[in-house]
Amino acid sequence: MRPFAYERAKDLTSAIAAAGPANRPSLDAPIHYLAGGTTLLDLMKLDVMVPEGIVDINPLSPSLSEIRIDEDGASLGALARMSDVAHHPEIERGYPVVSQTLKLAASAQLRNMATLGGNVLQRTRCAYFRDVSWKACNKRDPGSGCAALDGCNRMHAVLGVSDHCIATYPGDFAQALIALDAIVHLNGPTGQRDISFHALHRLPGDTPHVETVLSAGEIISGFRIPASRVARRSLYVKVRDRESYEFAVTSAAVALDLQDGRVADVRIALGGVATVPWRAREAEVILRGGLLDEANARRAAEAAFAMAEIRGDNQYKPELGRRTLVRALMQAAQMEV
Amino acid sequence: MDTFSPVKTSPELRRRKATTIDIVLSINSRDYHLDLDSRVTLLDALREHVGLTGSKKGCDHGQCGACTVHLDGKRVLSCLTLAASAAGKAITTIEGLSQEDGLLHPMQQAFLEHDALQCGYCTPGQIMSAVACVTEGHADTDDDIREYMSGNLCRCAAYPNIVEAIKHARDAVLDSAKEHRS
Repeated sequence: MRPFAYERAKDLTSAIAAAGPANRPSLDAPIHYLAGGTTLLDLMKLDVMVPEGIVDINPLSPSLSEIRIDEDGASLGALARMSDVAHHPEIERGYPVVSQTLKLAASAQLRNMATLGGNVLQRTRCAYFRDVSWKACNKRDPGSGCAALDGCNRMHAVLGVSDHCIATYPGDFAQALIALDAIVHLNGPTGQRDISFHALHRLPGDTPHVETVLSAGEIISGFRIPASRVARRSLYVKVRDRESYEFAVTSAAVALDLQDGRVADVRIALGGVATVPWRAREAEVILRGGLLDEANARRAAEAAFAMAEIRGDNQYKPELGRRTLVRALMQAAQMEV
Repeated sequence: MDTFSPVKTSPELRRRKATTIDIVLSINSRDYHLDLDSRVTLLDALREHVGLTGSKKGCDHGQCGACTVHLDGKRVLSCLTLAASAAGKAITTIEGLSQEDGLLHPMQQAFLEHDALQCGYCTPGQIMSAVACVTEGHADTDDDIREYMSGNLCRCAAYPNIVEAIKHARDAVLDSAKEHRS
């Protein structure tokens, strides 16, 4: 790791002031917030992130880790630990896809450390991004090229890609937030704002080094998941190289409102296949109003991957992704709610 | 392939000066006053600065679980925890599991009785993780144990015996945890 100045936050306002206006709104900003540290410290050991200063926001946990569920929805503090939210009985019962995207991620130790806010901001696992001896990485060094395009790209994305970056967004929890139309609460030097979670991440396009719409010093303070008829019948199917403790090769978060076997409403998010958390609206449109059977699920899955762009090693992803989505839909239909 | 890394040899990065922090780490119910480079992880503080080498550095990137310790009773990876962040919390390491008179913790005893190790390198992390797995309530079934212990890798593949050890120690661990609280 490179030397850095360490500071503990006393309150949200002074933390933002410490990290704030002088900070560049980019991922190589000189000052970074430290929460669980499971992404930041990992990447600092690799020289991928080299902050000059770190503001430890863990002391803010008491005020920013609340989990509150009422008839209007669920409010989740950004510093709530993944394990606490995953095993919260009202989340397990009322928002199963939230519980499952958390439980099926990482390891027990990591889930105890990692926070919701940090989790959604996790960086890609692209091997070229993570190894600074590869010069061509438009995320780390804008304009330097992308070594993954013609490299080992088995795990790289097929949706939301560009000629500048095909790195997969690896997170699971984000898919639940996408599927359930969550809101993110942001606090920054210029005050508070709320945005749709869907608007948080930016497609790589020709600026893969800009991953979110967060401005200088801005911090996620919490999430709000509105109550809906789809939340109860929801789940997450995660396909990976081993049974546990691995990132998704493909995954699907689905939430369904079934009335007499017909799809009154459906939400679909796809993981392991896209450069950002991915809402599959094209698939939803096909399913709404119809019977949920395997044929319709398959047609929806085909729509979801119609625009997929494959490279040398990830040609298997669209079909595996389709099958993952079909399985998730059929399993959700079978749920006892 | 050109593996020269401009990042690693960057003059700006090499010019940075280290900063030192003064902290108190509470480890196995003892306080240790330490002057540390702010970069020191809890794992390196334990091993290099306090001499508690029971916690192991298997990967240093949070991928193997060999560095597992308890922070305020919860299992965490010490390699991805800054020592600075751990100040003010109760840290328990493998050395803190057994009693003062040397009596082994029931989980340690079970690992011995069920031959739940070969080289022993992952073992302290396995045991720390296993104790927490039981007290979290995630050791009721074999499948639960396998899933909730999945963050601890064992290259010697002692997994079946680790599962057995955990099953056999479960009740004793829960009983002694109850006694602790009362």
